[in-house]
Amino acid sequence: MMIAIPISYSLRNLWTRRLTTVLTAGGIALVIFVFSAVLMLAYGLEKTLVATGSDDNAIVIRKGSQSEMMSLIDRTAANVIRSQPEIAADPDGKPRAAAEAIVLISMPKRGTGQEAHVQTRGIAPESLAMRPQVKLLAGRLFRPGLSEVIVGAAAERRFEGIGLGRTIRFAMRDWTVVGVFAAEGSGFESEIWLDSDQLLQAFRRPVFSSMTVRLSSPSGFPPLKLRLEGDPRFNLEVKREKAFYADQSAMMAGFIRVLGLFVTVIFSLGAMIGAMITMYAAVANRTTEIGTLRALGFPRRSILLAFLIESLFLSLLGGGAGLVLASLLQNMTVSTTNFATFSELAFRFALSPAIALESLAFALVMGFLGGFLPAVRAARQNILQSLRAV
Amino acid sequence: MPAPLIEINEVYKSYRREHLEIPVLEKISLTVAAGEFLALMGPSGSGKTTLLNLIAGIDRPDRGTIRIGGIEIGSLGESDLARWRSRHIGFIFQLYNLIPVLTAVENVELPLLLTPLSKKQRREHAELALNVVGLSDRMRHYPRQLSGGQEQRVGIARAIVTDPTLLVADEPTGDLDKTSARDVMDLLSRLNKDFSKTIVMVTHDPRAAEQARTVRHLDKGTLI
Repeated sequence: MMIAIPISYSLRNLWTRRLTTVLTAGGIALVIFVFSAVLMLAYGLEKTLVATGSDDNAIVIRKGSQSEMMSLIDRTAANVIRSQPEIAADPDGKPRAAAEAIVLISMPKRGTGQEAHVQTRGIAPESLAMRPQVKLLAGRLFRPGLSEVIVGAAAERRFEGIGLGRTIRFAMRDWTVVGVFAAEGSGFESEIWLDSDQLLQAFRRPVFSSMTVRLSSPSGFPPLKLRLEGDPRFNLEVKREKAFYADQSAMMAGFIRVLGLFVTVIFSLGAMIGAMITMYAAVANRTTEIGTLRALGFPRRSILLAFLIESLFLSLLGGGAGLVLASLLQNMTVSTTNFATFSELAFRFALSPAIALESLAFALVMGFLGGFLPAVRAARQNILQSLRAV
Repeated sequence: MPAPLIEINEVYKSYRREHLEIPVLEKISLTVAAGEFLALMGPSGSGKTTLLNLIAGIDRPDRGTIRIGGIEIGSLGESDLARWRSRHIGFIFQLYNLIPVLTAVENVELPLLLTPLSKKQRREHAELALNVVGLSDRMRHYPRQLSGGQEQRVGIARAIVTDPTLLVADEPTGDLDKTSARDVMDLLSRLNKDFSKTIVMVTHDPRAAEQARTVRHLDKGTLI
């Protein structure tokens, strides 16, 4: 039978030495703040890019291209792709397939004035219907054949001089911003969109970058992939749109995670040593108490457990505080250069239940490791010597 | 003549300090009857607290046997000995040794956590014990909110709450003023007379010893 010293004993001891408790928990809170912030950053990036893709869409690119920007699809290939039977048709009977062209242009960032890349997407008339998450926030859509563009809300916020009604210059032409669009926080919001024919002409490019197609049913994906990838005339690769964007986030999110976790693990050593010092001091201050409990008949494991619980509560307190602080970051938008596309991508810190649980578990691990040795010392004390230590 | 509760037979105990072996108790033999109130007196270093610790099962003799209620406690393993203490021994300490973060009633309840009693039963027993020591009105007080005499009475309530076979008291009045000391001794005396509690007490204080039925003196590790 496990004889437990009441949990209130551990809790009240934490309360009795409030200042030490707050300082030690503060150290743990900082580590958990950084830990969860890193995970939230990586998750936010993934969420943004994965949301960019849709389950019903497939994307066709040149084999081996990491991103649309590196891909080339010529007009012959585009026509072949358009004629595939798995592709859904619009009410007019036209296939729902959009050949798009991607180029990067340089723009000054708001605030710093530093130049950064903006992904500029030449879209087809079908593009909008295939991306229902895209909605105009202000202004109107560009008109085909004119030098007009619409800008994503995140791009508009982060770059200088691309607001509604402004004129931007690239490819030796002036373009008027006629609309601002949102796309449910996805990667499209960091882009500039215009008519693909205009884009190809302005940049004197003969080929598209990618082709996005809507499938009549998700089960049409495997045969479509098999046929197009097996076509010896072209060198194509077919991916589900969601998987394509998830792949794009994998490298960046992975990098953030590895670097961030490495740093937090180092930090956590400090916090753990802090918890250990606090718990050793607590054991030393309560030597007589420990002797008394043992004399009364409490076994060693009860003492071990009482001190371990105290340390776990201490770490949970710090972990909770760190997590609350980190959750405030959710209102913050950050931007970075996406490694896969070399263009600016805006995204938010995103908290998930899994991240919350992982953070609290990490805090408990710190509490356990920091509190274990002091608890062992408490449990191993000799009764007589403890009782004499007044 | 009641049967002896405590039978100590030729017990030796010494401590090592660095390389020196210091004998503390030499060839102690003693019997204590059930219902006895024994005071152990003697100068500092005479070994009286060591003898008390051996009787209470928080220390072990080097040689000799100690039987309490027919059980040879030297033969018990560590966890059996801890269980035995929780059932048979009530401790009263000189400095009360209350847990500062627990209230009076929670302190008294503490030894009952080692029994199969329910939470409600534990609380009832603890309240009863505090009632016996006259502190029903101080149950929710923390030790720091009590006087020394009151703290020691809480200590006594904690010692009697499990209805142990034997009460061991180490200088129970050693840290108290005259009036509080008298109250505490009256209480111990009443526990012995009215509740037939067997008590072994170590004391320096002749006035405290007066309350005991038997007084034994120790000097340089031997009973005289």
